[in-house]
Amino acid sequence: MFSGIMVNAWIVATMVAVVAGVVGFFTVLRGSAFVAHAVPQAGFAGAAGASLIGASTLTGLGTFAVMSALSIGLLGKRGRHDAVTALALVFMLGLGALFLSWSDQYASEIYALLFGEVLGVANNQVLATAVLGVVCILAVVTLYRPLLLSSVMPEVAEARGVSTQQMELCFLVVVALVTTMSVPVVGALLMFSLMIGAPGTARSFTDKPLAALSLSVGFAVTIVWIAIAASYETDWPVGFFVGVLGAVFFVAGRGWVAWQRSGALRRNNGGRPATGPVHLATASGTSVEPT
Amino acid sequence: MSSVLSGIFEPGLFTSEPVRVAVVVGGAVALVSAVVGVFTVIRGQSFAGHSLGDLGTTGGSGAFLVGANPLWGFVTFAIIGAGAMELFGSRRPRGRDMATGIVLGAGLGIAALFLYLGTTQDNTTGATITILFGSMFVIRASMIPVFALLSVLALAIVALLYRPLLLSAVSQDVAAARGVPVRTVGLLYLLAMALAVSLSCVTIGAILSTAVLIGPAAAALRLTKRPGLAIAWAAVIGLGVTWLGILLAYDSYYWPPAGRGWPVSFFVVALILVVYLLADFASRYRARRAGARALAARRGRAGVAGLQPSETPVPGAG
Amino acid sequence: MTEPPRSGAPREEILSLDGVSLWLSGREILHDVGFRLHAGELTGLIGSNGAGKTTIFKVILGLESPSSGKVLFGGLARPRRNRSIGYVPQSIGLDPDVPLRARDLVSLGLDGDRFGIPLPSRGRRQLVDEMLDAVDARGFADTRVGKLSGGELQRALIAHALIAKPRLLLLDEPLANLDIRSEQEVVGLLATIARQQQIAVLISAHEMNPLLPVMDRVVYVAAGRAASGSTEEVVREDVLSALYGQHVDVLRVHGRILVVAGKDEAHHAEGASGYTVVPRGLG
Repeated sequence: MFSGIMVNAWIVATMVAVVAGVVGFFTVLRGSAFVAHAVPQAGFAGAAGASLIGASTLTGLGTFAVMSALSIGLLGKRGRHDAVTALALVFMLGLGALFLSWSDQYASEIYALLFGEVLGVANNQVLATAVLGVVCILAVVTLYRPLLLSSVMPEVAEARGVSTQQMELCFLVVVALVTTMSVPVVGALLMFSLMIGAPGTARSFTDKPLAALSLSVGFAVTIVWIAIAASYETDWPVGFFVGVLGAVFFVAGRGWVAWQRSGALRRNNGGRPATGPVHLATASGTSVEPT
Repeated sequence: MSSVLSGIFEPGLFTSEPVRVAVVVGGAVALVSAVVGVFTVIRGQSFAGHSLGDLGTTGGSGAFLVGANPLWGFVTFAIIGAGAMELFGSRRPRGRDMATGIVLGAGLGIAALFLYLGTTQDNTTGATITILFGSMFVIRASMIPVFALLSVLALAIVALLYRPLLLSAVSQDVAAARGVPVRTVGLLYLLAMALAVSLSCVTIGAILSTAVLIGPAAAALRLTKRPGLAIAWAAVIGLGVTWLGILLAYDSYYWPPAGRGWPVSFFVVALILVVYLLADFASRYRARRAGARALAARRGRAGVAGLQPSETPVPGAG
Repeated sequence: MTEPPRSGAPREEILSLDGVSLWLSGREILHDVGFRLHAGELTGLIGSNGAGKTTIFKVILGLESPSSGKVLFGGLARPRRNRSIGYVPQSIGLDPDVPLRARDLVSLGLDGDRFGIPLPSRGRRQLVDEMLDAVDARGFADTRVGKLSGGELQRALIAHALIAKPRLLLLDEPLANLDIRSEQEVVGLLATIARQQQIAVLISAHEMNPLLPVMDRVVYVAAGRAASGSTEEVVREDVLSALYGQHVDVLRVHGRILVVAGKDEAHHAEGASGYTVVPRGLG
């Protein structure tokens, strides 16, 4: 399992997991889980088109991913819930199917792009993937503080001179790059489970931001390693393991939180005293409405 | 003239059996999806519709694996999903979307497994395409009665619940105060949605089914605010894009580049997007015209009365 | 009660607005607004919703440019990246599960606008602890932000704004969602901060009564116009009537102030009697 062509598969898989864990942390923080659905779907169409014209999958994926990410950025929060966005994304899937229907490898290509493949990244693309990964990590490390501030308190960030618009665009481009790296390995439909599942689980186990970021990476790497190993052994699709493990980890995290909370109640250790009862209008004339 | 017509309606279109079945079944499914979809959009349950489609993926591939007709897989899993949604509440607190998405991810992963196992055991590869992207031209004529029955059932539920649905879409509390059994209505409606979605999973494919559910409905609602009229518009649009899609798919048989025909579900989805954009554009154009007229009228009135609106300081108007 | 300024020592001017007007979408949002804020002073920006308070904040923070007039910060024009202004928003829409503790929130105030990752150091931790103590937030410093009560989150946000040692502290409707006890605590805390750290504190509110015990000056805003000065100078019938463009009465009851709309002058002449009590919001 660890020799020959599999070496590259492990290297790529680890890089994908690390970057997905890091970027996913911010995605969940910003409440932007939607982009983890949207950008891979657009990327799918791009990859399909590229494979049709014989171009590199990464190029096709990357182009469509970045374009869709920027479009989402320009549309703003309103665009997220619009029917146009939903219909455009479904159209992307249909377009990808169209492109692949013209090729000879219709079924197997569709399957690989949607559900992932252990050897999804060809040997001559390992370097490109590595470069993408390094760029993503550098971007996140550089932007960590202003991104965190503008994610949690956009008004205050603006007051401090951080442009939330610029942060949003940078963040979306990074998401597009992560998508480009990851879709060949885990599949367009299952990228959500990795990128959202890992940080979603992490936040159940810690209150501290840097710890949550590290845990997110840890969970992502665990999921991907298990998926690659199991997929190699059983020939079952990588996406299956990623999807199921993502859900299992997430539910386990929620279960842990629920267990802790019930334990706290049982021990009658409810933490800090609650705030006092709301006072209604008093004789002195101050009228205060209840919260 | 006749060559133009035969260019549009390629020879054999009207005599081809698969096309006839597609027209009937596809049409019926489009109708049902459009009607149910109008309420989905009005009630803001588009995410639920999308989730049911994803669950359909799991169901259809499961059915395929055990050798059953995918339709039963779609229906079963969609109904179970509808039940689960009702059980866990259809409210959407923050984080609920994320949790649902992750759980659905497991469903998609399982679908991937089912498809893999099924295709290796059968040594066929077409199932992935059929289940994910639809199979309007390979529906057997013998299935028409089943489709008809399920369609009628879904439409009957919507017809029965027409008024309570509208009332509870405006406000759950008002509806409950009026004696509407809000929970039952919600559950029955999810059932209708499950049926509509599973039917369109067969024709358009599980991961594209959302388009026929909310597309025609969303477009119709851009054109009118009256529910009855919206349903009519949505039905017309849904039928129109489906039949046009079938036509184009049939005509595309000899189109480049592959000489295999383009997938019908691609046409349907593309047409829905185009129609929605047109409807959106039309409604905005209409709004701008109406706004300009209203502004002119107000200016006219103000000129007569001699008031300048912006000069009177009114508390709270700043 | 407020401390009178030390006799003879003029307070340093932190912020001045002069003749600030702002037009947006063809409407005049602010008209000729002017006031000054000084170190150690607590000023109330009073007005109902929609009167222009938030817009004034945005102008001070540099998020909106005035159509005319000047905003000077310590005598100089305001730079974009201004760490000398602390800002406490009314609320931050937070997912309750966000993995950020109160102390992380405060720590972000130190350098949240700089690039890179914050390296934990003892000096940093000490600074954060000091701030938390200053707002009496040590008890919940390690609690997840989403689990804090309204008052606790507010104190954390105040600490966040203070840790960068600003000269000016802006608070947007800090009392809006608090019960009476928390209200009094926050008001007392802000007064102490203003005095001890010699910073200018500007609090916006639609109800001035909770601030009366500590307010040094008031800027009263109505329909985009403002009147500033001490409470005695501004909260008077003639000043407020001019501001509102209609007759208002100012009643002082048990140490509280009620601003109440009267009928128009025209109706007065006709002999109509009676007053309508203004719905909440005119202070």
